[in-house]
Amino acid sequence: MTLNVNEIRKDFPILERHTANGARVVYLDSTATSQKPLQVIEAMNEYYRRSNANIHRGVHTLAEEATAMYENAREKIAAFVHAASPREIIYTRNTTESINLVAYAWARANLKAGDLVILTEMEHHSNLVPWHMLQMERGIELEFIPVTEDGLLDLDAYKALLNRTPKLVSFTHMSNVLGTINPAAEIIRLAHEAGAVTLVDGAQSVPHLKVDVQALDADFYAFSAHKMCGPTGIGVLYGKSALLEAMPPFLGGGDMIKEVKLRSFRPNTLPHKYEAGTPAIAEAVGFGAAVDYLSGIGMEKIAAHEHQITEYALDRLVEIPGVKVFGPSADKKGGVAAFTLDGVHPHDVAQILDKDGIAVRAGHHCAQPLHEKFGIPATSRASFYLYSTKEEVDLLVNGIYKVKEMFG
Amino acid sequence: MDDLYREVIIEHYKNPSYRGKLDPHDISFADNNPLCGDHIQIDLRVGKDGTVIEALFDGHGCAISQASADLLMESIIGKPLEEVKKLSKQDILDMLGIDLGPVRLKCALLSLKVLKAGVYGLGEASDDLVE
Repeated sequence: MTLNVNEIRKDFPILERHTANGARVVYLDSTATSQKPLQVIEAMNEYYRRSNANIHRGVHTLAEEATAMYENAREKIAAFVHAASPREIIYTRNTTESINLVAYAWARANLKAGDLVILTEMEHHSNLVPWHMLQMERGIELEFIPVTEDGLLDLDAYKALLNRTPKLVSFTHMSNVLGTINPAAEIIRLAHEAGAVTLVDGAQSVPHLKVDVQALDADFYAFSAHKMCGPTGIGVLYGKSALLEAMPPFLGGGDMIKEVKLRSFRPNTLPHKYEAGTPAIAEAVGFGAAVDYLSGIGMEKIAAHEHQITEYALDRLVEIPGVKVFGPSADKKGGVAAFTLDGVHPHDVAQILDKDGIAVRAGHHCAQPLHEKFGIPATSRASFYLYSTKEEVDLLVNGIYKVKEMFG
Repeated sequence: MDDLYREVIIEHYKNPSYRGKLDPHDISFADNNPLCGDHIQIDLRVGKDGTVIEALFDGHGCAISQASADLLMESIIGKPLEEVKKLSKQDILDMLGIDLGPVRLKCALLSLKVLKAGVYGLGEASDDLVE
């Protein structure tokens, strides 16, 4: 049942590289973007070498092959998150664009001044700013489910907010800073009881957990390929077909239309209604290969491995005097450890670790309000994936001791 | 790389000589580095002849940003504002005595941007001020 990490690491050539100082790369930044296995790199390479053409209109061999590959990837992704149909899988550029699609197409058709949208204090900027923009344009109201001191959502406060009959509840399934895995099914059930539509930011959850959009009963669910072994430049908005059918289109242009006259158009059927212009075809092929790769290993196994590493990392980090780790205990979180070191700015921590090839992220991780809540400008963040090892955690810990020595 | 954390930088970061606020002041300006949230405020007292009499900075950020602010304050006291306006990216790098990549350069130049925006009376500390 355990992962053979040594075998898995052979699929990721980048993990063999060394930095200018001769140190082997210790990649602890998978929450920002994961590394890509050969299976994905080669699938995209093969697409360009053998099948490249524009999709959907051409009748020649290459166009048919490219179209089949593009749509075949959609079917794989639908199965991966257990959507009822591939028609409910809309390709976008990334999670951010998926959330913006809902904010433009669904929200502008359904929300008016005074309508309430509930978000949380642990959101990434991508699930805050689109709603700030709509607030300025439409005068909608925003409320936030508070985050407790131990990094969990305050569900009692949430239930109280629901009495104000929100129109939309939009929240992250897994925090990119605290690692908190939120009780998505319960949040959605409560939202539905209050008559609200739900949107889930799944950028961190789909790469690391077994996600079933139907079991969750999510109305919209957004995620990106690049955090789950796939390429950058492509993401997905899952939406229940009834909602997607009823919404107006998002971007206008080719491929999203059924018919165009000089003064009018009729939109295409799902999913093409929301995919204007030539899409990221090779990236879709890579996304399909990434889903195959993760499914082949098994998401339960991946989650169990990450849990082991995270538990070990948290134990080792809290041993270091001056280190403070944010977020809940390992049983309530994914593979993320955001921390501060007394007296040293996170940028300095990250820069000194880089000298030993250790890649961690420093800053507010696009969650500035959450950092403000905890009264800190920034954190250093180490994050783990299926290829992470305990040895890498040890190197991180040794590196932090070096930083302490330097800043004495 | 080791150079990046030269003793002088860590020393100015841990024990700055020019940290604080001036009240009253003749010039005060503050801004952030939007990438990492580093924050610098600079207060100046200026004499009748246009020279800087006192200069203090306040804020938070990495060792590079805070040390360069401290060094910058030290360097402008007694200088005419006209000379302060001429300070460049290279002057900061010379003070720090290190070379910096594009990301950390923004940390190092934040204090100079804030200073110049204050001296010129601008609303914003833009990158053009230090190019």
